[in-house]
Amino acid sequence: MTERVLDVKNLKIDFHTYAGDVKAIRNVSFHLNKGETLAIVGESGSGKSVTTRTIIGLLAQNAEIKGGEINFHGKNLLENKEKDWRNIRGNEIAMIFQDPMTSLDPTMKIGQQIAEPLIKHKGVSKKEAWDKALEMMKAVGIPNAEKRINQYPHQFSGGMRQRIVIAIALICEPEILLADEPTTALDVTVQAEILDLMKSLQKRVKTSIIFITHDLGVVAGMADRVAVMYAGEILEYGSVDEIFYNPQHPYTWGLINSMPTLDSEELDSIPGTPPDLLDPPKGDPFAPRNKYAMKIDIEQKPPYFKVSDTHYAATWLLHPDAPAVTPPPEIQRRQKKYAEMIKKGKLN
Amino acid sequence: MTERKKILEVKHLKQYFKSGRSTVKAVDDVSFQIYEGETFGLVGESGSGKTTTGRSILQLYKPTAGEIIFEGQDISKLTKRKDQLRFRRNAQMIFQDPYASLNPRMTVEDIIAEGLDIHGLVKNKQERRQRVEELLEVVGLDKRHASRFPHEFSGGQRQRIGIARALAVQPKFIVADEPISALDVSIQAQVVNLMKELQEKRGLTYLFIAHDLSMVKFISDRIGVMHFGKLLEVGPADDVYNKPLHNYTKSLISAVPIPDPEIERQRTRIAYDAQAEENDGKERSMHEIVPGRFVRCSDDEVEHYKQVAASYE
Repeated sequence: MTERVLDVKNLKIDFHTYAGDVKAIRNVSFHLNKGETLAIVGESGSGKSVTTRTIIGLLAQNAEIKGGEINFHGKNLLENKEKDWRNIRGNEIAMIFQDPMTSLDPTMKIGQQIAEPLIKHKGVSKKEAWDKALEMMKAVGIPNAEKRINQYPHQFSGGMRQRIVIAIALICEPEILLADEPTTALDVTVQAEILDLMKSLQKRVKTSIIFITHDLGVVAGMADRVAVMYAGEILEYGSVDEIFYNPQHPYTWGLINSMPTLDSEELDSIPGTPPDLLDPPKGDPFAPRNKYAMKIDIEQKPPYFKVSDTHYAATWLLHPDAPAVTPPPEIQRRQKKYAEMIKKGKLN
Repeated sequence: MTERKKILEVKHLKQYFKSGRSTVKAVDDVSFQIYEGETFGLVGESGSGKTTTGRSILQLYKPTAGEIIFEGQDISKLTKRKDQLRFRRNAQMIFQDPYASLNPRMTVEDIIAEGLDIHGLVKNKQERRQRVEELLEVVGLDKRHASRFPHEFSGGQRQRIGIARALAVQPKFIVADEPISALDVSIQAQVVNLMKELQEKRGLTYLFIAHDLSMVKFISDRIGVMHFGKLLEVGPADDVYNKPLHNYTKSLISAVPIPDPEIERQRTRIAYDAQAEENDGKERSMHEIVPGRFVRCSDDEVEHYKQVAASYE
């Protein structure tokens, strides 16, 4: 049995705005296994960033947690006081943000910034922390580290800054690393380097990663498991192979289908836009944009139907009484591949 | 092969920017052609000069050197206002950031009709309104949206307004600078499909600038790859993507994440050493390696690239 490092149950979060309460997170449950990478994919406004920010206690002032729990080391993080958070943040749970340009302090030497969490959390002496920081800079692949440890963020390129941010996040060897679109602002070649770096450091530090992204290509390369979020809900979750080769929810189909593959002639776009969460839809939130939607999708929220021990999807299409539908050709191609992989026992 | 008509020819374009005492060679001796009705994709990483190239073509910068020939005329030599106006009507632009490229104090109608007014394409208010409503429908928006302001729209809708504005003056050629990179995946596909559909219906020619290689490959007929201000490789989209010749192109393509876990598990990245490849003092220019495929290389490297091309057969 794999060990769970984090267990999120029935999380509900509202944001108070002038227009009313935005129901941003609506009954989200998931868990994180030790040493794995869980990717949360979704479009802007799907709630993926809000979810991670809740895990590290960084919600905006106008947010209100309406329910649920986040269990970490047998404790519910949602009951934390600010003082408790300070002991966890950067220590047991660390975060990498999207924009390496704004997540570093421009007035502090980067050596100090990397060493700071060690001094704060581990009670390490300044001298020792500085040495560890230097070691960490080498580990994240910053050339000429002895000299550059005394430099300021503006003297580094975007890719190098993101390496520094990773060094800060990992220096205390956190159990959980939250990475919110860590490579979105970077060029593809730099992105590939950073992703490789994260994978190798994950093995070394044995941290578990929650990886937030909208890029399915990145997910395919990074994740062990995937949760697909839409309109504040998780619509489908499973192993990376299950989500990419045997997706069940029409939204997952749509996402995969709207990415060009090597030989795609046409792009199937998802029509319309996500629902307004001031007044969230009653049934399946994707129903209004879903060409496979049935009447029940609009009226009643589907439960999670089990596809395998690790794979669940919230779509009425999986109900035993649902009519059989033909998924888009690209999905059929993937499902065929999935069947072959099962036969050959090649599944991860 | 039928003789295709060149709509645009860029010859030895240089665009240098002075920054203090040094000069930044943002675009350095770039030459390519775009044929009528095709989509030419320009890819490269940030700082490669792809956006500058697009802007120089539209005369948003005055080129340091080189010629830009549009429909047989060197546009930097257009001195008469009438000729300049005609060029601007024929060549339009779609910008990257749909939040920054629409004036927040203008209504959608005024944004879209600005070009119509400047070029005197509508006679009266009624006709103006009618044209705007038509354009909104063409790009898949509701005609009642004409009196609204940009902040009332989502990113994807704003990009549709940007497209409607570009289409308003019935251009032949559109420079689209990263038109989808600020949008969500599902919305990206909508905008790309709309651009493709409009191209078929109106015979438009696109210069599509982007860093997202898989999307560029999907929309483009031919692709040019830029790096550090230089155009390194040009060829048909499928060939450049599947059979890259230049080492930089290989490296760039090897870094593109593919939404397929099995392919990702087998990925091997190819590193590119720009210092070794570009600073060896050799004179390099565009050479045709196989028909339709060009690589920037020195005379003695041509044979090497011919072998690379042959190795794919």
